[in-house]
Amino acid sequence: MSLSDLTGRWKAFSYGFLDASAKRELRRKMIKAVAVPGCQMPYASREVPIARGWGTGGLQVTLTLVKPSSTVKVIDQGADDSVNAASIRRFLSRVSGAAETWDTLDATLIQSRHRIPEEKLTRDQILILQVPNPEPLRGVEPNMSTARQMHADADYGRMWLQLYEQMVRSGRVMLGASYPAMVNGRHVMTPSPIPRWDVKKLHMAEHLTILSAGREKRIFAVPPYTRVEPLVFDDVPYKVEDHAHLTCARSGVTGYFMNEIPQEDGSAGYEVSDSHFGIKAIDARDGGTPTVGQTWYRNGELA
Amino acid sequence: MSALMKEAPRLVRTQPLMELSGLSKTYGNVRALDDVSARVYPGEVLGIVGESGSGKSTLLRMMNLEESPDTGRYRLDLPELPEDLFTLDRFERRMLRARRIGIVYQNPHLGLLMKHSSSGNVAERLLVAGERRFAVLREKAQVALEASEFPIPRMDAPPIELSGGMQQRVQLAKAIALEPAVLLLDEPTTGLDVSVQALVLDTLKRLQQERRITMVLVSHDLGVIRTMADRVMVMRHGRVVEEGLADQVFQDPQHAYTQQLVHAKL
Repeated sequence: MSLSDLTGRWKAFSYGFLDASAKRELRRKMIKAVAVPGCQMPYASREVPIARGWGTGGLQVTLTLVKPSSTVKVIDQGADDSVNAASIRRFLSRVSGAAETWDTLDATLIQSRHRIPEEKLTRDQILILQVPNPEPLRGVEPNMSTARQMHADADYGRMWLQLYEQMVRSGRVMLGASYPAMVNGRHVMTPSPIPRWDVKKLHMAEHLTILSAGREKRIFAVPPYTRVEPLVFDDVPYKVEDHAHLTCARSGVTGYFMNEIPQEDGSAGYEVSDSHFGIKAIDARDGGTPTVGQTWYRNGELA
Repeated sequence: MSALMKEAPRLVRTQPLMELSGLSKTYGNVRALDDVSARVYPGEVLGIVGESGSGKSTLLRMMNLEESPDTGRYRLDLPELPEDLFTLDRFERRMLRARRIGIVYQNPHLGLLMKHSSSGNVAERLLVAGERRFAVLREKAQVALEASEFPIPRMDAPPIELSGGMQQRVQLAKAIALEPAVLLLDEPTTGLDVSVQALVLDTLKRLQQERRITMVLVSHDLGVIRTMADRVMVMRHGRVVEEGLADQVFQDPQHAYTQQLVHAKL
């Protein structure tokens, strides 16, 4: 008797790679996460064909939401063409039949690692952010049971104290990416390692954002039109990265979030971080007529 | 005028600020508190003495709402509070602790974040109570540290780098930062050398006189209780065995155990 006799003929048993029970688990937890904005929901994270820590949380959410009529965009720190982004996008397309795109305006599902596109998302789009460490209290409370209790009690004094200590020691808040934000006035969440530049894009946004950590098995969400307020003292304004005056060396656009490119002479050049937004800008400069959506920032200021 | 008014006019009150009645608590087979009642009047210092295991720290933890009894009630005579504070949920207890009850622990590690700045430790209390202005946090932390006679140039030093006496002053500043209705002191001078003990007690006495802070002082050191307390409660095996004015209890102890304590000290 061979193994094939015992197992029977292989046939596709599910759509979009995940089996029905995994999808049901994710759907239930996504609904819960939407119902209680910013609150981390534990879920039974499954194996997917990429390594833990490479976007398994985001991938499971995308696989649950994707359908043949979807158009998927995957970005990795703003880039559509990185190996990781391209691999995930192709995989999604292969297992679901969904169309692939680099254009933010065309996408219905946008899975992202560490950036939110520069063009505004609309109510018909869902942003899925990959999250390495979902617990914003980890830095101030190493015991995760206690941290969960603190969330339940809205006990965020230590988070504020962390900001106070940074102000005392450095004269400014030293947090860069993963800047903690209060969601709907109740739960503090980490918005994933997006830059401070992007955190305010989540505030009262039209689109649904789902944040998922596969390794840590936690899902949380920011529903449309939900308050997302970075933790900030009343008399110390929230500051985004000082990129407003920087100009992209390739496309010539100014006033957007830039990647710093070290130059051989020791200086730094800059390139717009949202790669496809940069491509559109280059196309426009060269006489093309790309469709560019409304952007969150205009002239370096949040619109 | 009654004799009581002549001896200690500030003790004459009609309404207690803090009232605990019929508290009992059992841990396994150990009866930690057995039908304990206590009243604390505004502006007075209640001293609680007893040997280790007598239940005085358990009682203090209940006063700080860190623990609930098996039976018993707890009332604070402040507006908008329920008749029994043990009915409050965890969140309400935390807010009440932050705003109205200050505590100084014997072990500074229980009350302080040792690696954060001293001013930050004080500010934490203000942050929990909802203060969100950095400049106000700095100012109020400085005022509280000054009141507890902490050297201001060191206000941003972490407690781990400070002496035991200084750590107690940081705890004290944290406890009084929001002008609490009642200040709970759990063996605040134990473990300090005698000269530092005297300095900390001086600070406490001055604060009590200047601000009329109501205090509950737990100690096994009768000298400390004698220095600070207006009234004394003697506990043994989870029960109150004697209660009265400090002078009365020390000069004319009625219960055999109190007599033993007083004579042991003398």
